[in-house]
Amino acid sequence: MRIAVVGVQGDVEEHVLALKKALKNLKIDGEVVATRRKGVVEKSNAVVIPGGESTTISRLIWRDGIAEEILSLHEEGKPIMGTCAGLIILAKRGDEQVEKTRTKLLGILDVKVKRNAFGRQRESFEAEIDFKGIGKYKAVFIRAPIVEEVGENVDVLAKFEDKIVAVQQKNVLGLAFHPELTEDTRIHEYFIKMIE
Amino acid sequence: MDIEKLRFGTELVKRGFAKMQKGGVIMDVTTPEQAAIAEDAGAVAVMALHKVPADIRASGGVARMADPKIIEEIMDAVTIPVMAKVRIGHYAEARALEAIGVDMIDESEVLTPADVFFHIDKRKFTVPFVCGARSLGEAVRRIWEGAAMIRTKGEAGTGNVVEAVKHMRIMNYSIQLVSKMDEEELRVLAENYARAYLRLTNTVCEEMKLPEVCTRNEPVYEEYTFEEIVEGIYEVLKEVKGLKRLPVVNFAAGGIATPADAAFMMQLGADGVFVGSGIFKSSNPEAYARAIVEAVQHYDEPEVVAEVSKNLGEPMKGLDVSQLEVQMQERGV
Repeated sequence: MRIAVVGVQGDVEEHVLALKKALKNLKIDGEVVATRRKGVVEKSNAVVIPGGESTTISRLIWRDGIAEEILSLHEEGKPIMGTCAGLIILAKRGDEQVEKTRTKLLGILDVKVKRNAFGRQRESFEAEIDFKGIGKYKAVFIRAPIVEEVGENVDVLAKFEDKIVAVQQKNVLGLAFHPELTEDTRIHEYFIKMIE
Repeated sequence: MDIEKLRFGTELVKRGFAKMQKGGVIMDVTTPEQAAIAEDAGAVAVMALHKVPADIRASGGVARMADPKIIEEIMDAVTIPVMAKVRIGHYAEARALEAIGVDMIDESEVLTPADVFFHIDKRKFTVPFVCGARSLGEAVRRIWEGAAMIRTKGEAGTGNVVEAVKHMRIMNYSIQLVSKMDEEELRVLAENYARAYLRLTNTVCEEMKLPEVCTRNEPVYEEYTFEEIVEGIYEVLKEVKGLKRLPVVNFAAGGIATPADAAFMMQLGADGVFVGSGIFKSSNPEAYARAIVEAVQHYDEPEVVAEVSKNLGEPMKGLDVSQLEVQMQERGV
């Protein structure tokens, strides 16, 4: 089994370490590869788009052909996870910030996202949320987006107060927070279990 | 949801913010227009300034925090994070920037220091800080004070990468040595590094003609005694030893002027790059900004670095560091 982490920008290493730890906990043999070039994602069983700046990550994955590889992985029904900036890039629609910056989205998660929904960095926070199928989870929100609208086939997995912060549409998992920043690998394990 | 469970400005939230910048380029800008160019080129954040370091160097005098109005205009112009600089040790400038909602504060040697003894106790703030460091000692002291990101000091405003390279090499070699030290050696090193906090105490004891020992149980920096500082520094050093790297993100800064400079700093192990005067003092800022972003992403692919370096026009004019009247890197140790 091979899991790719899109490594163009953001907290790539944190996802690699979390995935390796999750594989170990699940006693699954597999490799985790961070990649900045095309050719790796297409040969993987799953892919993660990390946190970072969505404007930067979007620009780089479209320019270097990684975006097309993620889309073909999606067509094959393979699991795709996006955290924070990654969630934005997976979405079908964005708010005015996404439009203003002409951020090109992958459009494989039928949601509308709002960027920097809680405000600036001083409004970033940690809080406990209830994650469907997992339970209480300490989530780290950093200049985090939220999901404002969901399509029919989208499951809401977690909310913070009344705001949607985790969703799943079949093989696509989108999180507004950063499970890769804490030691708790339950969400990464949940993602790995999505791999058939 | 219980509001008490919502925690702002924790170490995890601050260091996490810095981690989101990894693999990215942070660009100095002085106007909303420049900020928009930077965002468009793929910058992960901008540093809002009154003047770029090359102009600060040229104009001399006291360099202070930028006009908050300019910073606010830049914050309104872009969706990416906006950072701004305060003078070393200047709590009031830092509180003012925190109040307007700057995403990260650079306690920077590029501005004229406000305190010859101490840096800001950054743990007391909700907003994360980045600080410059020429050596492991400087880095470890800043991390103990709560910095969420370290950057090389380099020599800002020179367009000369030599000092940034020097600081990165010194850092890497120091970490290599620390990773092989035993507990005893780490304790000694922690005490050596902590001595920098005794400058005020020593100055006063000397003036009063008192022996230094009279301050043994007195706080020497904020509420911390010397023993507590040694202990804190020791804990940071243990983390460095375990991780074989700094426990926070480490960027390159100070003198990076070309795509190849940026790629070189990444090859030396930088987590990302600050470009100060290099972009808006070049003949074609848009092209330079895009090229440096691409060179950072593909730092290990020489063909890409060569390709993006073509037809960029004139880089900023560089300065020989040995001929400088002011070495900004010597500020704040």
